[in-house]
Amino acid sequence: MNLMTANIFAQWLQGTHGWLYVLILVLIVAIYLGFFAVAGLLLVLMERRVAGFFQLRLGPNRVGPWGSLQTIADALKLVSKEIFIPKFADKLLYKAGYYLVIITALIGISLIPFAREIQAFDINVGIFFISAVSSVGVLGILFGAWGSRNKYSLIGAMRSGLQMVSYELSAGFAVVTVVLMAGTLKLSSIVEAQHGTWFLFKGHIASIVAFMIFMIAGTAETNRVPFDLVEGESELGAGFHTEYSGMGFAYFFLAEFINMFIIAALTSTLFLGGWLAPFGITDALPAQWFWGLFWFMLKTMSVIFLMMWFRWTFPRLRIDQLLTLEWKYLLPIGLVNTVLMALFVWKDWLFDIGKIFGL
Amino acid sequence: MIEEKVIQSDIQTQEYFLNMGPQHPATHGVLRLILKLDGETVVGIEPDLGYIHRGIEKMCEYDTYRQIIHLTDRMDYLSSHINNEAVALAVEKALEVEVSDRIKVIRTMMDELTRIASHLLWWGVMGMDIGALTTFMYAFRDREMINEIMEQTTGARLTMSYNIPGGVMFDLHPEFPERVKNLIAHMRKVLPEYDRLLTGNIIFQKRMKGVGLLSKEDALNFGATGPVARGSGLHSDIRKRFPYSAYDRVNFEEAVEEGGDNLARYKVRMREMYESLNILEQLVDNIPEGPYQMPMRNLIKLPKGEFYQRVETARGELGVFIVSDGKKNPYRVKFRSPGLMNLNALLKVGLGWKIADLVAIMSTFDFVIPDIDR
Amino acid sequence: MTNDELINYILAKKPDVEIDIPAGTEMQLINILEDNPSDFIDIEVHPDQLKPFMRFLKEDPELAFDSLFNMTGMDWGKELGVIYHLESRKHGHELTVRVKTGDRENPVFDTVEDLWFAAHIHECEIYDLFGIRFRGHDGLKRLFLTPGFKGYPLRKDYEDDYMIIRK
Repeated sequence: MNLMTANIFAQWLQGTHGWLYVLILVLIVAIYLGFFAVAGLLLVLMERRVAGFFQLRLGPNRVGPWGSLQTIADALKLVSKEIFIPKFADKLLYKAGYYLVIITALIGISLIPFAREIQAFDINVGIFFISAVSSVGVLGILFGAWGSRNKYSLIGAMRSGLQMVSYELSAGFAVVTVVLMAGTLKLSSIVEAQHGTWFLFKGHIASIVAFMIFMIAGTAETNRVPFDLVEGESELGAGFHTEYSGMGFAYFFLAEFINMFIIAALTSTLFLGGWLAPFGITDALPAQWFWGLFWFMLKTMSVIFLMMWFRWTFPRLRIDQLLTLEWKYLLPIGLVNTVLMALFVWKDWLFDIGKIFGL
Repeated sequence: MIEEKVIQSDIQTQEYFLNMGPQHPATHGVLRLILKLDGETVVGIEPDLGYIHRGIEKMCEYDTYRQIIHLTDRMDYLSSHINNEAVALAVEKALEVEVSDRIKVIRTMMDELTRIASHLLWWGVMGMDIGALTTFMYAFRDREMINEIMEQTTGARLTMSYNIPGGVMFDLHPEFPERVKNLIAHMRKVLPEYDRLLTGNIIFQKRMKGVGLLSKEDALNFGATGPVARGSGLHSDIRKRFPYSAYDRVNFEEAVEEGGDNLARYKVRMREMYESLNILEQLVDNIPEGPYQMPMRNLIKLPKGEFYQRVETARGELGVFIVSDGKKNPYRVKFRSPGLMNLNALLKVGLGWKIADLVAIMSTFDFVIPDIDR
Repeated sequence: MTNDELINYILAKKPDVEIDIPAGTEMQLINILEDNPSDFIDIEVHPDQLKPFMRFLKEDPELAFDSLFNMTGMDWGKELGVIYHLESRKHGHELTVRVKTGDRENPVFDTVEDLWFAAHIHECEIYDLFGIRFRGHDGLKRLFLTPGFKGYPLRKDYEDDYMIIRK
């Protein structure tokens, strides 16, 4: 395994051999799985509290201080449910469904730069790899729905396939815009390149448009309102995960929240400067890994809050309106935006605060 | 019997049947619609009712006139007060009993409170159906206020059985006018907010505008009444055409919109809430004194004949047709329920739209299934 | 038009309309205004005259009954029948039409679904609860009760010891 990175820890890691190497890798995997579980827990709780505050009521606040143990209680409940498979379901596809979505979500997390020294994989085609892996997640949904042998699930999965494939394009163009400014696909280098100014401000018009397109496409990618026709809570029962119960359902549910986390993390990495502090205010402090993590989580949580705000305010779009939005509006705008950004980069008309103030 | 057939076209697609079954989050109750679909487009709708059929019309033939009131509560439980009033008015018209002004004003005020509560619930559930999940919580918070006012006077929150032939069961609670004034002030502050939340939203407009068209002639022919017909430009408010109780002495406007699409029906109901507040405001300070029950015999017997009384519930025109042969039980009672006629209109209006549109159309038609099934 | 004008108009116009009146039957006009305080005039027609008469009521420009707002199935003890409540939105008058048949085994009437679509679901309901069939109606089926239900509950001679408890 060749981990190509400038990361000190990883350099030390490459020096070890044999069983120590394997042990440390297993440890890293365990840490990420733990993070996966804890993040899932916290995000579900956050969603419910935020929903409560938008609806003028308190969310869950009985189990643990401020309801923090609520999701653990939910997980226990889900574990104790009867796991059944419909009689005529295709067993292989039925199970492949939820395994696939979890695997792609986990792979997605492992590429995100949490801080300067905290990143599991820092490959040189970072952002491209994440895009590719999230496309495989679509397959999980299609397998699950086909394997359930249920008309409602199938309708939901068809819609989902269309939606995710379409919005990958727009998201891709927004990413290309950023890559033009950064000059590299590697995620840690993209963050380093925002040292003077965040990319959101650096490309002014073009990058603000790209940010908005990425937010919309990202919300569509993760099947959240206003694009959650796939689950269609009020229309199709529960869409593609109608026939799942217990842990199967929990996997789909968790995978959705982790995907939301990945999209938010990508937004903050590509546009909002990742783990960099604004104006470098904490650069002089010790324990930089902590400050990096702190700023990163702050930015990501703000974007997640924004996505939750969308969910509890807007109605949902119909499938043909969704596709019209993508193919007739977002895609042409994305194309024009990319050309515009290329023009800005070529002529060097970028708004660089760092150069002005000498940061 | 329904059969599947293969449509000959460029792509060999097959029509398939989808069961929008009795357990479904969007049908507001136990309604089963068998949809014939071509892709996502609806090409045929067939209703299969009867999941909550209790035989109310047959039961009425074995009960006295005072006992029928309790059965009418359970028909359209969101406008239970107005249902009771229909039977009470029919009996009073047959016996030629003139009720006092106080009774008329109390009945009208309770009617309008019920109407606001029903429209609030409709708004909350409609928002939930098209995806804006917050509206449900807001609507129920406001409905609590109305339920508490009702409970203080009548003792029940949903099925009141408050109107009886000859008057009302109990007198108004002394706190009633003050609570109603608080409610009016609160609703006047909060209704524009609700309007702003949904009406101007571009996603909402795209889901509702131009969807589910019903023309004026069709509305008349299919028998649609209530906000469904008024959203198509048909003046069909029974409170204006055949005034009853105290409706002839209050000023209010009939909410009629042209357009015939979902958005028009939505706007009609929002405007009706404002008009109900106007009516309440005009009546709450001038409740006349008088008896709250007129003297009636204990055992009510209607003269021989047929009597028809119409009222305007939150869903449309409810008609009560009583055929009496002089005995203490009615010979036949028929309830012309607004929900059944609106469902009749849905069978034609829903064709050609997608499933998601059908859900939106059904939510603006505002069905309450016990009203359809009786 | 007021009720008196309506009666006169219909009685006067009727001979002009081409109806094949079977021998021995005639259109009966029952005006219940004197007997009880119902507001509507009531016309009884023979089942064979039903469809042409309804068409006449709908299409005549002076009458123009464009809205059927209620249809009730009735069991008068010996006869079964239907009562139609019609209204003219254009002119503002209303009336009632009734048909009766003594045939309790197989009562059939003509459908008015093509004149007023409002009749579609009413006729399904009347078939379900009374057993009266309607000629020409597409899709007549049991609406409320299960498809295999035996009997017609709203008839007066319907017996069911389990469901109906009489004291």
